Amino acid sequence: MDNSIEKRIQSLSERLNYIRDIFDNKHTEDVNLLQGRLATFSERAEAGSFADPFVELKSLEDLFGYVEQRLDESVTPMDKVRIVRHPQRICLRDILENVYDNFTEVGGQDEHSLDPSMLIARAVITRRRGKKSYVQSVMVIGQEKGHGEDFRNGGSVKPWGNAKAQQYMKVAETEGIPIHAYIFTPGSYPVEDYPGAAQQIARNIYSMAGLRVPIVSIISEGGSGGAEAIGLADKRLMLSHGYYSVISPEGAAAIEGRLKSGQRATPELIEHCASCQKITAQDNLHFGYIDAVVQEPPLGARPYHFDFFRQLRQEVVRATDEVVISTRLLPFFKGVALRRRRRVDLDLDELHIRWGLTSAAKDRLVERRQQKFLKLSRNACRDRRPWFSKAMAQVGNMLTAPYNRFKYDIYRRHQRKMEMFFDEIDNEWQLFKQRLFAPWYKLKRSLPRKAKNDDASKELTALSTWTGDARRRKWNYISPRYKIDRTITCPNAAQYGCLDLWGPDLFAEFAGVCSYCGYHFPMEPEWYVKNVFDEGSVFEFNSEIEAGNPLNFPDFDERIAAAQKKTGSKSGCMTFEARINDIKVVVAMFMGTFRGGSVGAAEGQKFVEAAEIAMKNRYPLLAYVHGTAGIRIQEGTHGVIQMPRCTVAVRRYIESGGLYMVLYDTNSFAGPVASFLGCSPYQFAVRSSNIGFAGPGVIKETTGMDVPPKYHRSYHALSRGHIQGIWERPQIRANLKQALLTIGGRNLYYR
Amino acid sequence: MLNVTEMLEEIKNSPYREIEICAPHTGRVNFAAIQQGSKVEGPHGLWKEKPGTLLCTLDRERNPKPIAAVEKGELCLLHSELEGCFVEAGTRLAVIRHLLTRDEVQAAILKKALHLFTAPERAKYYFVPEIDKKVRTSGSQSVTVKDGMELFIMSRMKREVPLVYTGPAGLIYAVYFTHTSNVDAEQPLIGVCPPDQLAAIQEVIMRVQTEWTEQG
Repeated sequence: MDNSIEKRIQSLSERLNYIRDIFDNKHTEDVNLLQGRLATFSERAEAGSFADPFVELKSLEDLFGYVEQRLDESVTPMDKVRIVRHPQRICLRDILENVYDNFTEVGGQDEHSLDPSMLIARAVITRRRGKKSYVQSVMVIGQEKGHGEDFRNGGSVKPWGNAKAQQYMKVAETEGIPIHAYIFTPGSYPVEDYPGAAQQIARNIYSMAGLRVPIVSIISEGGSGGAEAIGLADKRLMLSHGYYSVISPEGAAAIEGRLKSGQRATPELIEHCASCQKITAQDNLHFGYIDAVVQEPPLGARPYHFDFFRQLRQEVVRATDEVVISTRLLPFFKGVALRRRRRVDLDLDELHIRWGLTSAAKDRLVERRQQKFLKLSRNACRDRRPWFSKAMAQVGNMLTAPYNRFKYDIYRRHQRKMEMFFDEIDNEWQLFKQRLFAPWYKLKRSLPRKAKNDDASKELTALSTWTGDARRRKWNYISPRYKIDRTITCPNAAQYGCLDLWGPDLFAEFAGVCSYCGYHFPMEPEWYVKNVFDEGSVFEFNSEIEAGNPLNFPDFDERIAAAQKKTGSKSGCMTFEARINDIKVVVAMFMGTFRGGSVGAAEGQKFVEAAEIAMKNRYPLLAYVHGTAGIRIQEGTHGVIQMPRCTVAVRRYIESGGLYMVLYDTNSFAGPVASFLGCSPYQFAVRSSNIGFAGPGVIKETTGMDVPPKYHRSYHALSRGHIQGIWERPQIRANLKQALLTIGGRNLYYR
Repeated sequence: MLNVTEMLEEIKNSPYREIEICAPHTGRVNFAAIQQGSKVEGPHGLWKEKPGTLLCTLDRERNPKPIAAVEKGELCLLHSELEGCFVEAGTRLAVIRHLLTRDEVQAAILKKALHLFTAPERAKYYFVPEIDKKVRTSGSQSVTVKDGMELFIMSRMKREVPLVYTGPAGLIYAVYFTHTSNVDAEQPLIGVCPPDQLAAIQEVIMRVQTEWTEQG
């Protein structure tokens, strides 16, 4: 048999296997038809019974093409998940070789890399204007699945891999070249070793929120936190057969089906979850979380689809051009240039535009990117505020913004200068007065003095008294569990020999703290609201923003209603203004009692608005995390988009001079820790809390690694450098006040 | 002189350890669905993080405290007559017969046969250079120690102090420390046996390794 025929048969056989794999026992008739025709052709070709085998082969290839085209129309979301996971799927190295004109890997080579699943390369694109050619550099960053190479870890990036990505993003910023981020990851590798999965993703997102170069991201497999680590971009493209989701369909099925570790979800439940989560490119384009879809060949792009690579090159170049053009000031030229680039028939290789930006254009670029993310997902929650109050709030904003600018940026600045001037005069006067009256003081000291008051001396010398304030102190709020009529065993009893604790004592006087070993039992969110802040100083805002069911996830409306009824709160985030010893703060509290403290569109919106209010009023911002289980999976990408969105809000707040602090309690995991919580420079934890990226069950399932008990405990997080300190619950108020005064300084908010 | 056969026979006659499970405090006992004679598991998992088989719960002030088996074995006695009764602290609730493993038997024999020289304080320990050289080239059993011999260097926080061996003269049969890790106070450093008993000890260890069958 002719060698070329043998190769083409081999290729058809691979195509057949691919179809069989991605449809997982579906469309068996089509598969059998293709298999039968291929087998017959192979037999006859081997026997040499064809007059012209090339004609027959062509017709067989056409049949394959036709069937693929037809099957492509019936691809389900779960089929797309199987497509992106298939070893025949294009990977980043294929893109580097076919989309760019040349490249050099800079983040290691193959298995000899800090993390082979994160690939970084400097690549070039050559474009022409007339007869002159221009070479444009880009920094290509992305996860490499490597067609199933073991050491690539399936594109699951370890924390140090993400740190490497962040390092090279900064290099690109220094060099002023655009970044192309290719997302090919099922999710991040959930280990807590330094720099920590969650904390490093948070740092990456925070960096990207303010990176002063154009960023274009292209999503093929966008698995939650791993995707967000390099996904915050000016333009987000998505391949038509890719998926972008908060959790893998299997993970969602395990949660939905309430499966225990080791149990497997049924294929039907997994398929159902994949379809309910709206993970496809078309869904995400509809929601506005991506800017464009890059159409792939039927059943997804594979390394031999060279036309697709050409098209991808055009799309990536177009996106980068558009980002650069959008930073221009002149609206007319901007409009013309943008319109021209949107023409499909245009060959962008023939049209050159400089990708370098001026300093002012970089400012506009960052501002546009931040505004873009802040505007996302606003309609994904139920905002029940009447239009009148919304309008009044906007008017209030319009009025208070210039007032605050005048008060803090002009008046206070000069006031400080005046105060400094008068301070100096006062110092001189005190010195002069001392010298002037020195003889009189000397004479006064030599006169016989009255005996000292006994009480006053006791007050000065005694360490404490029985009638001191501390002993009379009562909590403003006591957990309803104090009525419990039983003893409680401390979980550390076997280790430290703690005696049983009497329930009413534990939940009232002891504030849920074991008096033997100091273990902290979880308390209600109300305990903190009423005991940490000044009595009567708490003023809640935006309570009308409600958690909804934007994806119409089956039975989820009832579950949200049940959570609202149970907690009396409309969402898992309570935002309020409060005072601690007369220091005003804005607090966003994530309540572990409301669906595990999961974060969805409503919680994200409330957090973003809290950050904006804190920025407007120049108050410190405190994120108190009573508990969070991660992003709410039933909201799909509406939830996951809160990661970059809230981080953008935090970055804007911090860059305007604000003091952002995070306090973790009970259990804090996944998305929120890997974004707007983990990016805070000041993170503290209440003792006995757990902080991490994924729980022990998920770590075991993903990595096959057993995690030791107490792996996520706050003391371990402190040792790993993830948090800055651990506080005792009864001391939270005092520690917060201390931290506000010492970290924030005398003026708290301002630098 | 060490009587190998007698020692092994003694252990073989009662190849188990009986562990009494007593009430840690007062309370009302409710036995779990477990029968006398049934097998129980001790704490297991890589870090012994999973508790053993539940034997009973002890309810005091409406706080049901689970009481689990502390070792693997057979429940040879269960005081089921105490079911639902209020018991005092220290009341025997069950007895677990734990069949000794090969390692446990070996450790028990060596404890009887060897003289263990323990660490006086938490530190890192090394042999003095000439002994260390001998141990490296010919093995620890080539070293004979005697009372008053300068054998170790105790190293703690850059402070190095010579340590003198005290005890009966003999060969170093086992070394329990490494130069990279700290040894806690009162933990054994070496096990010393008289030269004439070396053959007997080696034989007993060999017989334990070959003859001792571990139970399920």
